[in-house]
Amino acid sequence: MLDLTGYNLEKNVHVFRQGDLNIAYDVNSGSLHVVDEPTYRILRVMGTLPVLSAAEIKRGLGRAAVDWAVAQEVLDELADLKEEGVLFSKEAEEQGPSYPEKPLVKAVCLHVAHDCNLRCGYCFAGSGAFGGSRMLMDAETGRRGIDFVLSASGHRDHCEVDFFGGEPLLNFPLVRELVRYGRQAAAERHKTLKFTLTTNAVLLTKEIEEFLEKEDISVVLSLDGRPEVHDKMRPFANGQGSYERVVPSIRSFARRRPESSPYAVGTYYYVRGTYTHFNLDFDRDVVHMLDLGLKRISMEPVVASPEEPYAFQPDDLETIRESYDRLGEEIIERRARGEDFSFFHFNMAFEQGPCLPKRLAGCGAGHEYVAISPEGDLYPCHQFVGQEQFKMGSLYAADPLELNRDLVRSFRAAHVYAKASCRVCWARFSCSGGCHAANFAAGGSLTEVYALGCEFQKKRLEVALYLKAKELQTVR
Amino acid sequence: MAKHIQTVIRTNLSDSVKTGGCGACQTSCQSACKTSCTVGNQVCVK
Repeated sequence: MLDLTGYNLEKNVHVFRQGDLNIAYDVNSGSLHVVDEPTYRILRVMGTLPVLSAAEIKRGLGRAAVDWAVAQEVLDELADLKEEGVLFSKEAEEQGPSYPEKPLVKAVCLHVAHDCNLRCGYCFAGSGAFGGSRMLMDAETGRRGIDFVLSASGHRDHCEVDFFGGEPLLNFPLVRELVRYGRQAAAERHKTLKFTLTTNAVLLTKEIEEFLEKEDISVVLSLDGRPEVHDKMRPFANGQGSYERVVPSIRSFARRRPESSPYAVGTYYYVRGTYTHFNLDFDRDVVHMLDLGLKRISMEPVVASPEEPYAFQPDDLETIRESYDRLGEEIIERRARGEDFSFFHFNMAFEQGPCLPKRLAGCGAGHEYVAISPEGDLYPCHQFVGQEQFKMGSLYAADPLELNRDLVRSFRAAHVYAKASCRVCWARFSCSGGCHAANFAAGGSLTEVYALGCEFQKKRLEVALYLKAKELQTVR
Repeated sequence: MAKHIQTVIRTNLSDSVKTGGCGACQTSCQSACKTSCTVGNQVCVK
């Protein structure tokens, strides 16, 4: 007989409908179940019971409107799955991640240009300058940045460098120089450097494409979707839209990498868009990109102060959920037609996914990952660059490896279990407590979550789980 | 074969507490998002 006395069902098993499926996701084991209508109803009723003893479950069954014999079968199956540890599984102990005393920084975001050739309406970088003056990183600072990550990563063999801006191709000679320098410096230390570059594609010439190919540099290309949507938020300084300029280059580059990993492993490309209050039907923008032949697409909700006209309003949530729903169905239809593509936020690796310690720790900003400004100042991540209270060191300090300890401690401490609302959330091991910068922008704290962002995240996860269930049901 | 429930993914995430934490994985924000922390859609490199 199923007895779940003391078990917190709402926190540990997420039961939901998506499309034509009823789904139960077991949070602690990560297992996924498709359930029939009687099971769905029984699980929903169980979710309302204050006590989940065998007797109370039995008593509550009447409210599920399920035939008694069927209910018995369901309870037996639920009990079997509990026994197997794939449903109602034991809650992971609430223990935050542990770290070595000295931070091991294995990834840097190099801001090689605090300048940009676009004037995107939502730019968190203040159109490239990050609140400071427009400037390019010099070679000495860039080399110090590479040396920094190779040293600060300690015993870690794999390090990452992202060329970022502003627009990094405004400083392409430095990018080329640092790739050469970095490869050599990494080899001398028996390490591997992986490079990525995030660009608006305005300056993406054939010569640069070939360089990126030759050097195995992964590339994130910015495109918001339909011409009118893209041009509204991503104009040149003279107000003219950039869609016509960037789309041919983005398509050309994507064609070079048909085998790009959906999980951003190896050398890949991703086209990354931002959606705002102005295009809540962003699924149409994703479809537009698919129709352009782009196969690896990420579309992010904008991070903005509430007073901005493009910021989301609480009333937008339902419309956004519907857009994710439509996008899920579109993906199913296209997959049925044999189209290969992926939407980044609907990817879930499950068996090959990250371990629980990684899921608890999150992105690593401020201790595993730092951003470096053109002046050589260190910040927890690219989103914090230019905010004086988050400056955590300098490449030109006597000891660049000595990071501000209070900031390191604050970011390390901002894990899932430090956030009250995360501790009881079914999505806690998938979102890792959300983006520190988005949380801070919304509530002024690293340990308070951006509530609207949580709702976006949960909806994306539901669709991701649904797509996985559909995919696996088909093959069984 | 269960009649009412089909288990499509059978895994035990909690077990990875014992084996995980090596830190060799890619930094999540370096990939395709650059704003939202979506660790769940990464892969383990081990």
